Parts: sequence; C-alpha cells; structure tokens
Amino acid sequence: MGAALNGDGRVRAALAVAGSALFLSVWWLAAAAPHANALFLPSPVAVAVAFARFVHEPFANATLPQHLAASFGRFALGFALAVSVAIPLGLAMGWSRRVDDVVTPLFEAVRYVAPIAWLPFAVLWFGTGIGGPTMIIFAGVFPACLVNAYRGARFVDPVLLEAARTLGAGNRRMLVEVMFPAALPTIVAGLRIGAGSGWQSLIGAELIIVSSGIGYAMVQAQSSLETPIVISTMLAIGAVGAGIDVLLRSLERRLSRWRPTPEQRTTPS
Amino acid sequence: MSSIVFHQVSRSFDRGRNRVAALAAVSLAVAEREFVAVVGPSGCGKTTLLRMAAGLDQPTSGTVEVGGRQVRGPGPERAVVFQQFALFPWKTVRQNIEFGLKCIGRPAGERKATVERYLVLMGLEGRGAAYPHELSGGMQQRVALARSYAVDPAVLLMDEPFGALDAQTRIVMQEELVRISRLSPRTVLFVTHSVDEAVYLADRVVVMTSRPGGIREIIDVATVRNADGWHRFNMEDVMDRDAFVHLRTHAWKLLRDPAYRAATPIPEYLAS
Repeated sequence: MGAALNGDGRVRAALAVAGSALFLSVWWLAAAAPHANALFLPSPVAVAVAFARFVHEPFANATLPQHLAASFGRFALGFALAVSVAIPLGLAMGWSRRVDDVVTPLFEAVRYVAPIAWLPFAVLWFGTGIGGPTMIIFAGVFPACLVNAYRGARFVDPVLLEAARTLGAGNRRMLVEVMFPAALPTIVAGLRIGAGSGWQSLIGAELIIVSSGIGYAMVQAQSSLETPIVISTMLAIGAVGAGIDVLLRSLERRLSRWRPTPEQRTTPS
Repeated sequence: MSSIVFHQVSRSFDRGRNRVAALAAVSLAVAEREFVAVVGPSGCGKTTLLRMAAGLDQPTSGTVEVGGRQVRGPGPERAVVFQQFALFPWKTVRQNIEFGLKCIGRPAGERKATVERYLVLMGLEGRGAAYPHELSGGMQQRVALARSYAVDPAVLLMDEPFGALDAQTRIVMQEELVRISRLSPRTVLFVTHSVDEAVYLADRVVVMTSRPGGIREIIDVATVRNADGWHRFNMEDVMDRDAFVHLRTHAWKLLRDPAYRAATPIPEYLAS
C-alpha cells in the first residue's frame, strides 16, 4: 500500500513538473516568436530578472517584500476582524433559530454583492488609509466564514448535543466544548475559502485606492509599461495566496487530529 | 430516591397532516435500584418512553416522575447511554469520561481519580489517551458506559446500548453490565429489541405492543433468576437453563401472537 502510494506520488509529481515545463516552453516560444513585442509579452527570463531585481530594488517607493508586507498587514487585519465577527455570529445562528431568522434574510440579500463593489462606500466611510481596504477584505472574508460557521453549528450530530445535555452541560459549555469543536472542521474550511477571496479582494482594492502594497505596485508598473514587473507582482500575489492556504491547511490538520483518516473511516469497528 | 414512575403517559407525533399516537396511556413504575428492560417491536414507543424519562422528550399527556419529581428536562442524575455511543470524537477517552464530571463541578483532582477508577473498572486501562475512532465498537461503548457511570447517576437510561455491536462483543458487554450492576446497583431502564438480552439482564421485562404503544405484560424475571441461581453461571449456561428458555419463549409469544395468553408465566417447579 505504502509503496503503491509512493509510486503514485512520484507519477503525480512528474506530471506536475511536466505541466509547468510545458507552460513555460509555450510562453517562451510565444515571446521569442518573430515580430513578438516584448512589451506585450515579456519572456520568462525577462520576468525572472525583473523579479530578482525587484526583491531588493524599490519600485513604486518600495521593494517587493515591502509591498507584500504592506498588503499582508492589511489582509491580516481585515481577516482577523471578519473572522472574529463571523464565527461567533455563525455559531449563534446555528444555535438559535431566532438569531438565524433575523440574520439570514439580511445576509442572503448582501452576500452576492462582490467585495469590490463596496469600494465607493468603503472609501466614503473609512477612507483610503487603513480603513477602506480593511473593509474590502472584511467583505471578502466574511461571507464564507459566516456560512461555514453556521452550517458547522447547524449540522452538529444531534445525539452529541443530547449526550452533553444529559450529562449536565450548561449553555456556555455546550457552545464552547461541544458545538464549537464539532463545527471546527467546517469553520476552518470556511477560513480557507474566506482567506482566498479576501486576498483577491484586497488586491482589487489596492489597484484603486492605496499608495503602497502589491496591487499598487502592479498598477504603477502597468502605467509605466514595466510589464515584467506586472508579471512579477502577479507571481508574488499567487505565491502569497498559496502560502496563506498552506498555513490554514496546516492549522486544519492540527485541529483535526481526532478525525479518522479516510482508511480508518472505511474500516468497520 | 430514584424510582421512575410513568403515569398515564401518552405521546403523539405530527406526521404531515396525520397525528400518530406513539404511546397510549402507559403506566409503569421502576423501583429504586431495579433493572427493568423494555422489549417490543420497532415503533412501539419504547425509545420514546426512555427519552421522556431522560427529559429529551415530553409526554403529550400524563406525567413522568423520577425520584418523586416531575421530569422537565435532561439532567446528570439521569444518565443516558445511546445506541450510537454519542462519544465526543474530538475528545480523548479520558476527556470524554471527564466531561460530565466537569459539568457537575467536581474539582480537578477528584475528576482525575474518578476517571482513572472507571478506566480500570471498564477494562480501558492504557486507552485513556486514545480518540474514539481509534477504538472498536465494544470499546467505544465501554467509554460511553464509563462516562455515564462516572457522574454517579441515580438512574441509568440505556437505549439499545449494545444494538450496534457484533454478537460476540455484545455477549461480553452484557456480562460486563451484569458485573458492574452488581458492583454498583442503580435504577436502570433498558430498552432493547433482543428478548434474550432483556431476560438475561433485567429484574423485570416489560413487553410492549405497537401502534399505539402500550404494555402487553410485565414478566418477573428476578424471582425465577434467584430461585434458579443464575448468578452461579456464565451467560451461555444461563441461556440453556429451562427457566430461562421458558421465560424467553413466553416473551417471544407475547411479542408475536396477539391472541396468546399464558396461564402461568412461571412454571410450578420453579416457583417453590
């Protein structure tokens, strides 16, 4: 079994490398084609060179790591705010029919508004400093976190709630020791979805309103026709987004050590 | 004071437009420290009866009293053992057993000692740090039993606790329950669909009829068991005794044949 998995893993790694190599070759060939304009499509090498320089040479007032740090700081603030509102509210909705009845219609009415569509009001209400972008991130992170916390709490195995009740658990203990841990895997899945859409929304906000950060660097590069820098920022955005997901996935694994692995689940006890 | 008294208890459910009577005017008294098993066809309302004693369900009419007080909701003096074990999968065996002790506010030192005692009593030594999914079904139900016993309830309500176990594990657990019941007797209401299990474990067996659920007959097992000296035998041999076979057959006929009436449920040669 283990050996088969390893063999399978090797094949999959080889396929992943082959796919990336194919993509890079097509890119390279397209950039090197006769009459190709380096401005429209810089070659992978030009991008790599620009990327390497951007790491230590400032562009648009800051180096790449500085832009990323500014963006990530905003993201972390908006994410933390959204999570700390969405999780308690979602749990409360799953816990109490009344809260559910009050919040759900409101939420359903606004959830399909794209985060970036809040931009005019974000700027009016909170300005273009830290407040506006934070609100956009909040709008990106909040829906997925709320929906998942709600679903997690709503679909806790009722027999567990009954068992806790019959053992004498009060409301606070029911929430903290039963509902929350039971909903946790669903909640963390919501964090991952929310983080992804929050990060995307932030870049959108930065394209428009702020004067630092990776989205800002991208817009500046675009207006000065530095296309290798544009692609470098795209790569950095992707890498940081994937990094955030890796962090949250490891959190997910740490928090769900009590769950059976798929093989264990198929074994009857 | 831990008797359970059902007085003229009825329960009906709404099924779409219909109203289905699950229980009709059931009266039953379980004495303090008595072990009463309830058997009946599925849909006879035996689980509903147990859930009302637990406070997880309310009668449509009639009253349920435990220890002389009307049941209004769940509480740790009435522990429930569920067929699906209902262990908290994110808690270790130790934390599961400890949960109820925390709920009733026992100090940490005492909790630890109690947990360790029940780990030993239930044959769970060395498994305290395991998560439920790492244990077999039988082991999981041992943990659930330990969790219920640990809060020292006056009343134990068991809803087909061994129904999800394989036949061999089930026999082991039935013998364990007899052993533990002897060590620390409680008032037990035990719901099962197994006639053998009911007759082997209980002091009295309540045979129910279905739609609406009612009591067909209550069989006194304790008198026969004591006269026949079942405590001297292991389970297979008990199940081979004439007296056991007689009671079991009697219960089966009550369940299967609405016209069946037994003149004397206890044979003459055993009544002496």
